[in-house]
Amino acid sequence: MLNQNPLWRYLVVISVLLVALLYALPNLYPEDPALNISATRGGVVSEQARTELAQSFAAANIGVKSVELNDGQILARFSSTEDQLQAREIAAQTLGANYVTALNLAPATPDWLTAIGASPMNLGLDLRGGVHFLMAVDMKAALDKNVNDMVQTFRADLREDKIRYRSVQPDLANSRVILTLREAADAVAAEAALKQRDRELVFSQGSDELTLLVGISEIRLKEIREYALEQNITIIRNRVNEIGVAEPLVQRQGADRIVVQLPGVQDTATAKEILGATASLEFRLVDEEGDLAAALEGRVPPNAELYYTRDGRPLLLEKRIMLTGEHITGANSAFDEYSRPQVSIKLDAKGGNMLSAATRDSIGRRMASVFIEYKPGTEIGADGNPVLIKQQEVINDATIQARLGRDFRITGIDSPGEAQNLATLLRAGALIAPIQIIEERTIGPSLGKENIDLGVTAIQWGMVAVLVFMVIYYKAFGMVANVALVANLVLIVGVMSMIPGATLTLPGMAGIVLTVGMAVDANVLIFERIREELAEGRSVQQAIHQGYDRAFATIADSNITTLLVALILFGIGTGPVKGFAVTLAIGILTSIFTAVVGTRLLVNLFWGGRRLQSLPI
Amino acid sequence: MQVFSFTQPLNFMRLKWPAIALSVLLIIGSLVSFATKGINWGLDFTGGTVIEVGFAQPADLPAVRQTLTAAGYGDAVVQLFGTSRDVLIRVPLRTDIDQSTLGDSVIKALNAAQAEPVTMRRIEFVGPSVGQELKEDGGLAMLVALIGILLYVTMRFEWRLSVGAVAALFHDVTLTMGLFSVLQLEFDLTVLAAILALIGYSINDTIVVFDRIRECFRKLRDTSVDDTINDAITATLNRTVITSLTTVLVLVVLFYMGGALIHGFATALLFGIAIGTYSSVYVASAIAEILGISREDMLPPPPIEKEGENTDALL
Repeated sequence: MLNQNPLWRYLVVISVLLVALLYALPNLYPEDPALNISATRGGVVSEQARTELAQSFAAANIGVKSVELNDGQILARFSSTEDQLQAREIAAQTLGANYVTALNLAPATPDWLTAIGASPMNLGLDLRGGVHFLMAVDMKAALDKNVNDMVQTFRADLREDKIRYRSVQPDLANSRVILTLREAADAVAAEAALKQRDRELVFSQGSDELTLLVGISEIRLKEIREYALEQNITIIRNRVNEIGVAEPLVQRQGADRIVVQLPGVQDTATAKEILGATASLEFRLVDEEGDLAAALEGRVPPNAELYYTRDGRPLLLEKRIMLTGEHITGANSAFDEYSRPQVSIKLDAKGGNMLSAATRDSIGRRMASVFIEYKPGTEIGADGNPVLIKQQEVINDATIQARLGRDFRITGIDSPGEAQNLATLLRAGALIAPIQIIEERTIGPSLGKENIDLGVTAIQWGMVAVLVFMVIYYKAFGMVANVALVANLVLIVGVMSMIPGATLTLPGMAGIVLTVGMAVDANVLIFERIREELAEGRSVQQAIHQGYDRAFATIADSNITTLLVALILFGIGTGPVKGFAVTLAIGILTSIFTAVVGTRLLVNLFWGGRRLQSLPI
Repeated sequence: MQVFSFTQPLNFMRLKWPAIALSVLLIIGSLVSFATKGINWGLDFTGGTVIEVGFAQPADLPAVRQTLTAAGYGDAVVQLFGTSRDVLIRVPLRTDIDQSTLGDSVIKALNAAQAEPVTMRRIEFVGPSVGQELKEDGGLAMLVALIGILLYVTMRFEWRLSVGAVAALFHDVTLTMGLFSVLQLEFDLTVLAAILALIGYSINDTIVVFDRIRECFRKLRDTSVDDTINDAITATLNRTVITSLTTVLVLVVLFYMGGALIHGFATALLFGIAIGTYSSVYVASAIAEILGISREDMLPPPPIEKEGENTDALL
């Protein structure tokens, strides 16, 4: 008999829907106002800190739901936003400056759902409030610095090889160096000499045979750009972590852009100040003759200063600065010939000379690298923003083995991880290519909440309108389509919650509303087809069978083209448009499943395999 | 219940020339409007700063304007947004001030002149290069979508239908943008998304009609091309109208309940879907017909004769 389904088909569809429902469930639970507390660089949040915190909250009579320690971070949930804000101040007092406290909204997903990996949908900034920055790295500045370095290097190299030149000039507009020599023979010698030192140089002849134009290869150009971008991303990541933002996003976009998203942050001025603050680096000699014990009691020798290492060890450093970070052109972690971790550092020509002069008489002494950064403190300045505090710490101290030059390395590092960390800090302290904010979107918390409410209402009423219409128009079959439509919505939400990268935005919600309107299309096609078949005098079972069969080819074709559009949108669009494309694509796929596979099962269940004279369609 | 039930196919193709004349006229009208009035590009495309603030009381716009002029933002456009308490302030791109701090300073200026502080609802700053790129990327997205559809429809159907489908899409996009130009509605990022969604919707509609045209060609052997197309359009008319109706239904809901931010999106789609429904019936099919589609183009390729099929069995 036609139009009957084996049991397994029902089981498959029901289990797909159940799984989707399970993963959609977390979205129904409200979010708790929460505090996210982490330690600053290198620190660890201890169980003791957690207990202390819980006690001070209890003492202040704050409505705490829970204080948990997970992955080295404390997550404290509160019953209201007032409690949350009050708790933040108490946390800052209790724990002190070595911890970062971030306001957060923690999903109140029950444990049994978390256990199966279910979590609510990611909400875009337009729905949860926060700041979005798009920054562009000034590549021109990075290239200019490189050209200026080349000029310095060439002068030094030519002098060393005793090749006489008239001038070495930077040509910043074309990112190259113009080398003018005294004799034609010198030009050949200069080219050979410079090429031998750096194979990535590209030589061409200038206006006469005494002029050489020196550029750099495409590969090197790309390296410089990548480096400038990576360096900025690293620094911004470090800073964002220090500001204390829950779930920040720092991502590269294209060749020279960085996207920074800080959910929940409202004070853009402070955020910008922090992101734009400069870190720097200083190399100083360790003052081993000074009395450390006396210095700790406040009697610091006049030519020295007291510093601390990251693990809190005091160190007396000479006041004289040997070298600053702006001369660093690269720092990489690697392994030495005995496969021990090391960091190799490259300096520009001027930096090389400075360090060479400074270390000539200091072999055997220790040299410390001091990292200096500005971060917002608890004090509020006259402009209403937190005052930036200068923070200095010794990130490394090592014995100078030989006179150092443009390339040197730091060995004796405990682990590859530490070497990598040190290299990152060294790069962060180097002079970086400046960045500029080219797009900023700040959404206030009230607007985000409002947008969610508007979106939800629109989806609800849109649903209701379509449901009512379908029942009136297609009667019992309309009910079947409606079940499919509701199942479709559950599937969309479930799938959106399952895909980690999918983010719901306001246009995304509009996309869902649109999908609700369009999802019934497949059913309309099928039902109209069944009606036609009936009108042509086919039996009820034949009509159902043919209706589904014939409509399917049309549904597939029309939806594939729409999917094509969604994919193109996803590939080319950014931000909100991408969010829209994701919901559109998911909606198309789920609606085919529910409207074709799902309704077929229901139709077969109710009307299939029986002798009927007519259908309630 | 049924909207239409016809015993005879409607003669849609009889009106193909007037319909095409109307469409060409409307397209020309849109192009003229682009040239004379231009498009009211939103912040996303032009660059500049938009600040949305919420007042505790219904906002006094002249006072807000005065405050802003006094603070040096005389070129700011101030308007209500959604409700009488929400105010939208647009400041065009300027080179003399740091755009990225403009939002904060405007809010400070407003707060200084106001007894009750305003709430910051939204600050958006878009640099000039970003806006230009968005225009280019959006245009590129449309172009790529059109080419992708052209290829897919050619592959699945036939090149004449493919040209018809893409002409219909071009028609829909041009007229919708034309509406935004004539009424000088703001064309922002959500409108761009709506137009791209419209491409998806409209092609969906067209394909359904095409599918039926192909089927009718294969089924009705002795009918003229015009009558076959009429037959196909009539047969799918119910579906076309019902689907458009449900979609329009949710869009009306979105228009009234989706909030001010989504207004442009709903407007573009509402208009676009009306146009798209018309174009999938007239523009797409009529063009394919004028290009000379025939039954032979639609027949499935003849089955390849299997080797040894005509030989007798050995035993």
